[in-house]
Amino acid sequence: MKLTKIIAVSAMAAIMGTTAFAEGKVIGVSWSNFQEERWKTDEAAMVAAIEANGDSYISADAQSSSSKQLSDIESLIAQGADALIILAQDAQAIGPAVAAAADEGIPVVGYDRLIEDPRAFYLTFDNVEVGRMQARAVLAAQPTGNYVMIKGSPTDPNADFLRGGQQEVLQAAIDAGDITIVAEAYTDGWLPANAQRNMEQILTAQDNKVDAVVASNDGTAGGAVAALTAQGMDGIPVSGQDGDHAALNRVALGTQTVSVWKDARALGAAAGNIAAAMADGTAMADIDGAMSWTSPAGTDMTAVFLAPVPVTAANLSVVVDAGWITQESLCQGVSNGPAPCN
Amino acid sequence: MSDTPANAPVQAPRKNFFQTLELDTRLLGMIGAFVVLAIAFDLLTGGRFLTPRNVFNLTIQTVSVAIMATGMVFVIVTRNIDLSVGALLATTSAVMAMMQTWILPDLLGMGLGNPLIAPIAIVVGLFVGGLIGAFQGYLVGYLTIPAFIVTLGGFLVWRNTAWYMTNGQTIGPLDPNFQVFGGTNGTLGATWSWVLAALAVGFALYGIWAARRNKQAHEFDVKPLWAEFVIAAIVSGTILGFVAMLNAYEIPTRRLARLFEARGEVMPEGYTEAYGLPISVLVLVIVAIGMTVIAQRTRFGRYIFATGGNPEAAALSGINTRALTVKVFALMGALTALSAVVASARLGNHTNDIGTLDELRVIAAAVIGGTALSGGFGTIRGAILGALIMQSLQSGMAMVGVDAPLQNIVVGAVLVFAVWIDIIYRKRTEG
Repeated sequence: MKLTKIIAVSAMAAIMGTTAFAEGKVIGVSWSNFQEERWKTDEAAMVAAIEANGDSYISADAQSSSSKQLSDIESLIAQGADALIILAQDAQAIGPAVAAAADEGIPVVGYDRLIEDPRAFYLTFDNVEVGRMQARAVLAAQPTGNYVMIKGSPTDPNADFLRGGQQEVLQAAIDAGDITIVAEAYTDGWLPANAQRNMEQILTAQDNKVDAVVASNDGTAGGAVAALTAQGMDGIPVSGQDGDHAALNRVALGTQTVSVWKDARALGAAAGNIAAAMADGTAMADIDGAMSWTSPAGTDMTAVFLAPVPVTAANLSVVVDAGWITQESLCQGVSNGPAPCN
Repeated sequence: MSDTPANAPVQAPRKNFFQTLELDTRLLGMIGAFVVLAIAFDLLTGGRFLTPRNVFNLTIQTVSVAIMATGMVFVIVTRNIDLSVGALLATTSAVMAMMQTWILPDLLGMGLGNPLIAPIAIVVGLFVGGLIGAFQGYLVGYLTIPAFIVTLGGFLVWRNTAWYMTNGQTIGPLDPNFQVFGGTNGTLGATWSWVLAALAVGFALYGIWAARRNKQAHEFDVKPLWAEFVIAAIVSGTILGFVAMLNAYEIPTRRLARLFEARGEVMPEGYTEAYGLPISVLVLVIVAIGMTVIAQRTRFGRYIFATGGNPEAAALSGINTRALTVKVFALMGALTALSAVVASARLGNHTNDIGTLDELRVIAAAVIGGTALSGGFGTIRGAILGALIMQSLQSGMAMVGVDAPLQNIVVGAVLVFAVWIDIIYRKRTEG
C-alpha cells in the first residue's frame, strides 16, 4: 500500500515537475531507530496531520546509525522534501545533514531529541515540567518523611532536566524539614533491573525507612516497585513517566502514584503542522507557541515545548478515552479500583 | 608458461562477440546486475535515482566500505576473515578525533586550526590501525589462533576501547582540513575533475595499447583491432560519463553565498559552481589502483594468492606464510584507519556508534564481488563494485520507501543469492 502510494506520488512528481508541489508540500521524516515501538504511534499521528494539511509523507529509518541517518537525509532531500522532521540519533553528528538542508533552503524540525544547531527548530515535551509534575504528585500523597530519588541514565541530558524539576518542587518541603532525601541513584541505561538493584541496596542501607520514591520514568518505577514489593512495602508513593501500559496498570492497582504521560500523538501532530508551516515560509519565531531557549551547551534555539499530562488514580479515564490503552489491560487484576476500573 | 610451446599457439575458433572482446564475464555480469538495479530504481523513483545529485551521494556513501573491502579481499584470499574492521574503525576514528581536538591543540600546544594537525592525526591514525592489524595478524599467523576467534575478540575489544577512550561521547567538530576527506566538504571542482578524467583516459588508452604491443612482441594472439577500439571507447566513455555526471551536480546557491560571505565577497548574480570529483572518491581510486598493482604486479601480491590457493604448497616452496599473514592484517588495519578518516570526516564528528555493522557490509561487498571464502580467488575491482551494489540497494530501497526490516531482508537475500550464482558460474567455467 505504502509502497505503491509512494511510487505513484514520485511518478506524478516526475510527470508534472516540481511545481506540482506548490499546494501539497513533501514532508521528509528521518527516524533514528524505528525498532522502538513508541515511534510507530508518533508516525501514525504525524502522517495523519501531514495528510490532513494536503501534504505528503516520505520517511527513512537510520537503524540507530548516525552515518546512515546522514545518507537518509541526503536521500530525502534528493526526493524533493520541502521540510524535514529529524529524530536525531546524535545531537552533534547530525550537523552536516542540517547544513545540507539549510544549503537547499529546507527547514528542519528537531523532533523530541535536541539538535545542537540554531537552524533547526526544537519540538519536544517540557522535561523540566515532567520532573515538577512527578514531585508534585508524590509530595501531595506523602507530605513528610524520607524520600528516595531514582534518576535516569547518567548519559542522557533529560535525566538531569527531570531531576532539576523535581528539586524545584521539593525544595520548600526540604527547607521546612518536612522531607529528607535519604538516597539518590542514577540508573544506567534507564534499565528497570538496575533501578531494582539500586532500590534494594537503598532499602537495606536505610533499614526500610523510606516513605516515598521519586522515580524518573515508568521503567525505573517498575524496578523500584519490585524492590518495594519484595519488602512488603508496595503502596508507598512512587512516580514515573511515559504512560507505559504496565505503569498505568500499577496506578490502577495503587502501587504507583503517578505516570506523567507525554502523548506521542500530540507531539507527532505538532511536528507535522510545524513542518508544513515552515515549508510555507513561516519564520521559526512566528510558529504558534514558539519561544527562544538556550540549550545546556549554549546554543540559542527556537523551540516549542508541549505540556505533558500527569495520570493519577483521579484521572485514569483520560488514557482510555484517548485510545492509548484498553480498559481491559488498564484494569487487569484490579477490583473496586478508581474509575474506570470499578 | 613452460608447458606452452611458444611458437605454435593453437587457436580455438572465436565464438561470439563477448569472447572476441576478451572481457571478464564475471565482472561483466556484475556490471550488468548493477545497471539493471540502477535502471529499476530510477523507474521506481520517477527518475530521481540516476540524477547527478544522487550519483554524487551514492559515490561518497560507498567510499568508506569500499576502501575496507579492498583490504578484506586479501584477508579472505589468504583463507582468513576479519570481523573487527567496524570496531577498529571506531578505535582509529576515536584516536584521530582525540588527536585533533585535544592531544595536538591542547596537550602539545599547537592550538586549534594549525595546518599540521590534520596530517599528523591521519599519520598517527594509519599507524595505530596498522599496528593493531599487525598484532591481530601476529595472533593468527604465529600463535595460530583462528582468525575468526581473534577478530571476534577484536570486535569486542576495539569497539569498547573506542567507547572507553571517549566515554561514549561525540567528539567534534573535527579539524577543517581533516573534513576535506568527507565528501561535500572537499571536492575538486569542475576544471580539475576534467583534467583528472583526461589523464585517466590517457592512462587507460596507453594501458590497452601497451598490453597489445606486449602481446605482439611475444607473438601471442591478439584480439582484432576493432575489439580494442570498442573496449577503449567503453572505458573512456565510462570515465568521462562519470565525471560529467558529478560535474553536473551544482553546489546549492545558499552554500555558495555562504562561501562568498566567509571570504568577505558578494556572490555575482547567477553564479554557479559544480562540486566535481569528491576527494574521498579520489582516495578510493588511488587505493583501488594501488591494491590492484599490489595484487597483480608485486611479489607480495603473488604470495598472497599462492598462499590462499594452497597454504601447504606455498609454505613448502619457501613463502613465509606467517609473516605474510601479519602483513595482510596490518594492511587491512591501515586501510580501516583510512576508512575511518573518510567516515568521521563525513560526519564532521567522531561518534560512538561509528562503523557499527561495517564488518558485515565489508565482508558482504568482498563476497558479492566474487572473493571466494575458500581462499585463493578475489579481485579488487569486484569488491569495490560489490560495495557499490550494496549501497545502491540500500539507498535505492530507502528512496522507494521500502520499510526498514524489508530492506535488510532483501540485502541478506541478495548476498546469499550472489554467492550461489558465483558457485554455479565457477562450476561451469572450471568443469
